[in-house]
Amino acid sequence: MTSETTAVPPAGSTAAPAAAPAAGAATAAGDQAGRIARRGAARLARAVAARVAAVAVVLFGAATVAFAGLQALPGDPVATLLGPQTTASPAVREQIRDEYGFDRPVVVQYVDYLDDLVHLRLGESYQLRRPVWDLIADQFGPTAQLAFAALGLALVLSVTAAVLTAGRRGVLRSAARAWELAAVSVPGFWLGIALLTVFSFHLRWFPVAGSGGAGTLVLPAVTLALPVSAVLAQVLRESMEAALDEPFALSARARGLSRTAVRIRHVLRHAALPLATLSGWLTGTLLGGTVLVEKVFARPGVGALTLQAVETKDMPVVMGVVLLAALCFAVISQLVDVLYRVADPRLRKG
Amino acid sequence: MTSDSPAAAPALPAEAAAARGAGTADAERAVLVRVEDLHVTFPGRRGSVDAVRGVSLTVRRGECLAIVGESGSGKSVTARSLVGLAGDRASVRARTLEFGGTDLAGLSESRWRRLRGRRIGLVLQDALVSLDPLRTVGAEVAEPLRVHGLVPRSGTRGRVLELLGDAGIPDPARRARQHPHELSGGLRQRALIASALAGGPELLIADEPTTALDVTVEARILGLLGRLRDEGTGLLLISHDLSVVARLADRIAVMKDGVFVESGDAAQVLADPGHPYTRALLAAVPALHAKGTRLSGTSAGSAKALRAYAAARGDARAAAEASGAPLLSVEAVAKRFRSPDGGWHQAVDEVSFTLAEGEALGVVGESGSGKTTMARMVLGLTEPDAGRVVFGGRPWSGVGERERRPLRRRIQAVQQDPLGSFDPRHPVRRIVGEALGRGSDGERVGLAGRRSRDARVAELLDLVGLPKALLTRRPRELSGGQRQRVAIARALATGPDLIVCDEPVSALDVSVQAQVLDLLADVRAELGVALLFISHDLGVIRHVSDRVAVMKDGRIVETGDGEAVFTAPRAAYTRELLAAIPQPVSAV
Repeated sequence: MTSETTAVPPAGSTAAPAAAPAAGAATAAGDQAGRIARRGAARLARAVAARVAAVAVVLFGAATVAFAGLQALPGDPVATLLGPQTTASPAVREQIRDEYGFDRPVVVQYVDYLDDLVHLRLGESYQLRRPVWDLIADQFGPTAQLAFAALGLALVLSVTAAVLTAGRRGVLRSAARAWELAAVSVPGFWLGIALLTVFSFHLRWFPVAGSGGAGTLVLPAVTLALPVSAVLAQVLRESMEAALDEPFALSARARGLSRTAVRIRHVLRHAALPLATLSGWLTGTLLGGTVLVEKVFARPGVGALTLQAVETKDMPVVMGVVLLAALCFAVISQLVDVLYRVADPRLRKG
Repeated sequence: MTSDSPAAAPALPAEAAAARGAGTADAERAVLVRVEDLHVTFPGRRGSVDAVRGVSLTVRRGECLAIVGESGSGKSVTARSLVGLAGDRASVRARTLEFGGTDLAGLSESRWRRLRGRRIGLVLQDALVSLDPLRTVGAEVAEPLRVHGLVPRSGTRGRVLELLGDAGIPDPARRARQHPHELSGGLRQRALIASALAGGPELLIADEPTTALDVTVEARILGLLGRLRDEGTGLLLISHDLSVVARLADRIAVMKDGVFVESGDAAQVLADPGHPYTRALLAAVPALHAKGTRLSGTSAGSAKALRAYAAARGDARAAAEASGAPLLSVEAVAKRFRSPDGGWHQAVDEVSFTLAEGEALGVVGESGSGKTTMARMVLGLTEPDAGRVVFGGRPWSGVGERERRPLRRRIQAVQQDPLGSFDPRHPVRRIVGEALGRGSDGERVGLAGRRSRDARVAELLDLVGLPKALLTRRPRELSGGQRQRVAIARALATGPDLIVCDEPVSALDVSVQAQVLDLLADVRAELGVALLFISHDLGVIRHVSDRVAVMKDGRIVETGDGEAVFTAPRAAYTRELLAAIPQPVSAV
């Protein structure tokens, strides 16, 4: 990482003098444009490096907390790692002790642990008898599918609802607001059961459970998306109404734009910042696993894995999940930050 | 609509030219807008509000009609009714409401849309918020072209650059790629005008197009609008400032409380105003008055209260005055800032001046001249890079905040935008009371303490001519003039020796501005408080100051006795500024 970032600016700066003698007076402007582009590339590289470093710091913090948590648990760490329900032979216990180096000083254990993480060795679940990395990798796919499907659906629903109802008075807006309040208030598992009853048991449109194919994704995604879309629509409508009151909205209408065009072309972008903040946080939550929905629809996923690991005190898996959640949140908050700058040019300076 | 507009458009220039060439009278030019008996009503919580009550007007091609009035007079609503944008809740009624022969009453939304931006352009105040801050200037100017399908997609960019160039924007290719916040106020306003002109409208409505602009920039924008009028565009100009419309208007209508109290030929309205309200508006323009006269027609009631207050406080100040040393001495201060492109921007460069006890020094300059940075150094909020500030005989710059704090109560500030400098959640009682501090009598000692504090706040409000009833109001519930009075009351709370006023009246209507200027003059005369008065408006500066310093690019280019600077300016820049001041009567 570091080697990459330090390499970029020199590459840019050595190119500049090489180009300068070749350029005559006539191409001075082009030369300047090139220089600006190179400076831009160097700045971009620096910005990306800074963001990657920020993610690394968050992960380091999460790893340290997880390690400290394991150390702080009372009792024999080997027993903790094995979990309560395992009957491991003394030979296996000795092997674990040796692998984790529990007989060495804590500092050495910590450094070893970090070294393992850098090489993506997350340890092994002794209850499931599989490497933690494999377990998470298997379960992350379905969870990500579900999370992004739900988020996409929620965005479409909320943007549509907000564009249609922001700044208007009348039945449609009141109905939308009433629906949003209801959708936020209803518990997720109940909504899931209701959807299952109607669409799977009675209408038989979608399968009841499982994770094969698009059909199984629909009902869980809708279950997750409805409350999320209601929250997003509320936030979006409020910020759109604030933007509609700004003089530029009047200017746009005075140019001959229709109400809807003003909303889509001007106002929506102003409302994008709070929307990005909230959806970033929501995506992080969804990627961390949605236990209830996964249970209701009997889907595999990180949520189900986490629940199982916590129930059986499967510490290696719990520690792995903690790191995964930290990674998801750190990456998403960086993406949201980049989105801010794309949406609002006033934030680009400095 | 579509059927008649192509026919009408080509006829426009020829017709206008013919009218001028033949030297026909104004009355024979084609009438663009004809409004008779316009009423606009908004439903309110306590019954409906009649914003416009029976207004009649006409605008002809190549003619400028100006509607002058204060905020709330209904002038903007009148203008917006002509583009069908008076507001969703507004009910608009008129005996006649015609544009170019089309009846506007009961026009469908889609027919309105074909009119807006194509045949009628609207320019609002403050382009920083009237242009979409998230889109490039070029995209904003291109919008009417795209909406009305006026130019093929491939030709849009070229036409946008042409429009920006026509509006007087240098280097249009670069400006089109920038966002509104990257442009100066004058360039932004030009871009906004360019976007309103993109559709080639026959009527341009300009609602306060120069408010908040520097005088020289204002003169250029008015010049641009004048050129458009001369080319045959009908112009409806809305302003609170008679001196602005005097440069441009052929006819003037003075609006108050939803009706035209006076209207007629511009020369006649300005030279011989028939209605007392018009006379009051003219009298409020500070540039026309010698220093020491009152601008607002109000009695000097607050002066009396101030005098009593001064007497009650005793002769502490008289003793201080006897020392003879200057109250404030600024010695060759300089300050520079990092600019976004990585270079340095020298905001203030080798500025020196002194201010005696009870003196008023006016600092005039355009935006970016370093006035505010200088004010922050005087207030001890920004540390100078070089030079020093001495206040009350003690070093004020280059010392720790611990040493400054005991002196802070002696130097107070009044800002341009009190709405931004007050906590919006606090009532006036707390905003002013906070400045009283926890000193001798202001200790938080339960009910009795609070009562005595309230009494002191009420006394301060009385000094600035505000009733006690305002104690519980929050900033949003006050008018602009009342807010500025509260700001002055807060500044007076600590018994200061110096008040730094940074553009204190720039956001106010002319008549309210006059009252606030009178109040500041009273405060100074009766309490002996020195003023450092910063403004871009020479007229305002002239009215308040004993001495004047003219700032440009971070330096003081001229300083001297107030009247001398105005009557016999030495620096070329001062002469330029003086030439740009609108002079309502002499211009006619």
